[in-house]
Amino acid sequence: MSIEVKDISYTYMTKTPFERQALRNVTVTIEKGEFVAIIGHTGSGKSTLAEHLNGLLTPSTGTVCVDGVNLNGKGDKVRSAKHKVGIVFQYPEHQLFAETIYEDIAFGPRNSGKSEEEVEKQVRKAMGFVGLDYDAFSTRSPFQLSGGQMRRVAIAGVIAMDPEYLIMDEPSAGLDPISRDAIFAQLSTVFKERDIAVILITHSMEEAAQYASRLLVMAKGQIAIDGKTELVFKEQRERLQEVGVDIPESIKITDLLCEKGLKLEKQAITKEQLVQYIKKAKGWS
Amino acid sequence: MLADITLGQYYPGTSFVHKLDPRTKILATMSFIIAVFLAVSATSYAVLVAFVLSVIFLARLPVLLVVKSIKPLWIIIVLTMGIHLLTGQGEVIWSWKFISVTKEGLSMGVMMSLRLVLLLMISSILTFTTSPIVLTDGIEYLLKPFKRVGVPAHELAMMMTIALRFIPTLLEETDRIMKAQMARGAEFKGGNIIARAKGMLPILIPLFISAFRRADELAVAMESRCYHGGEGRTSMHELVYRHRDLLAALAMVVLIVIIGVLKWSNGLCVI
Ligand SMILES: Nc1ncnc2c1ncn2[C@@H]1O[C@H](COP(=O)(O)OP(=O)(O)OP(=O)(O)O)[C@@H](O)[C@H]1O
Ligand SMILES: [Mg+2]
Repeated sequence: MSIEVKDISYTYMTKTPFERQALRNVTVTIEKGEFVAIIGHTGSGKSTLAEHLNGLLTPSTGTVCVDGVNLNGKGDKVRSAKHKVGIVFQYPEHQLFAETIYEDIAFGPRNSGKSEEEVEKQVRKAMGFVGLDYDAFSTRSPFQLSGGQMRRVAIAGVIAMDPEYLIMDEPSAGLDPISRDAIFAQLSTVFKERDIAVILITHSMEEAAQYASRLLVMAKGQIAIDGKTELVFKEQRERLQEVGVDIPESIKITDLLCEKGLKLEKQAITKEQLVQYIKKAKGWS
Repeated sequence: MLADITLGQYYPGTSFVHKLDPRTKILATMSFIIAVFLAVSATSYAVLVAFVLSVIFLARLPVLLVVKSIKPLWIIIVLTMGIHLLTGQGEVIWSWKFISVTKEGLSMGVMMSLRLVLLLMISSILTFTTSPIVLTDGIEYLLKPFKRVGVPAHELAMMMTIALRFIPTLLEETDRIMKAQMARGAEFKGGNIIARAKGMLPILIPLFISAFRRADELAVAMESRCYHGGEGRTSMHELVYRHRDLLAALAMVVLIVIIGVLKWSNGLCVI
């Protein structure tokens, strides 16, 4: 059970002066149960890769298979394979359209042919996921919300489809820290409870370090590094710098502390680890 | 998904034609159009075709790109050709049952469709070699004399600039919204007209909302930079005529003279 990307390339606006190759020979397999973060400089092809994973873009060469079904085809099998992959776009709040929040979130489940009862159940669950109160919000118009609330409705619209592979393209850009943490906490719970894969595209190294077990680093349309988060941040720092990707603050702080004479037992990757190691080194805990 | 809109797309370059002042290019395009309507003989059409080809060459545009610009109107071109072929009077050169093609009809058909092709090509050369912003600048300058009779030159140009600026943005936006709704299982094909129109709502509503949001943001951004219409406004890039514009103007005069001579000096007229 996996998404298999085999040697895909993609060029935007082919045969015009604005031609631009966004992906070059990308090969990667993402299994269920993995939490993968895709990072990389802006314009490195992250969103383009994401759009290939559920068949929104068809690769110029190469294939994308979801659970063994090639997405470049027709028929019910392909359609249901595509429905397994949910994608939350960059700035998803711009895709809201319905009169009420309920209707908007119900759009996806209805399209996959669920009964009205099931749809309601999914909407309730999805609104719970993003922390919107069903009774207070379900009949309101999505256009009278704040930007952050709109974002949550849009995310709920994808969650309601019960994706087995969930792709999120910079879900936290422009969100306040509390909503962001709440969404990630929910995401972690769902990820642990159910056997799904999460693919998180982000510019925040902290998010990547904290939540992802595997890191894909993209540069110029190729996968520059693919490996375990900890190992990548520890061992590939020069390569990361080369492709213009920062490292988490906690690693920088560990280095600084080391320079100033405070040796931590291990390289801290996340904030929590950093606090823990400092406490230990200082004998505070 | 929504690509392939060539008419009016700028093809960046640094050629002689690209560097001409937009006013020169607009006026030259207009005089070429006049020349096309003056042309009556095969020789004058040959001159016009040669002229267009040399402009394409000078502008270093791919010939195919310019030829493609006739695509939106090719049906009309073929129809024009067909009607003239079938309705011409005169010497019959080919006939089958009740259909007959005359020599006059053939030459009329070729001429009329060539006229359309030339018009389309020259206007797309103008837009291929001039960025939309510069083009509207040129239009604004050329419209200035008509301000006294109430033509809001600046406002028209500003509206055009904004519209041109936002066409690609809106196309991109449509593309994005379509993808987002398709990712939620929306399908835009199949069904009767009502079902299909209903299927478009998830695209149209977000699109309208974002267009209004953008308009609003733009208005605020312009006002916060003290925009207050064309009164007393100066331009960052003043348009200046240079030597090459004189050269281009001369070329146009020569072209018009040649076409004029070919039209009015009887005896030279060969069809
Ligand atoms: N619709 C499009 N038309 C033409 N070129 C595009 C289009 N979308 C993306 N590109 C180009 O493809 C390349 C990859 O874009 P992509 O959106 O995948 O980058 P990204 O890694 O997601 O960047 P960001 O972090 O800014 O979101 C970029 O160089 C971009 O200019
Ligand atoms: Mg992106």
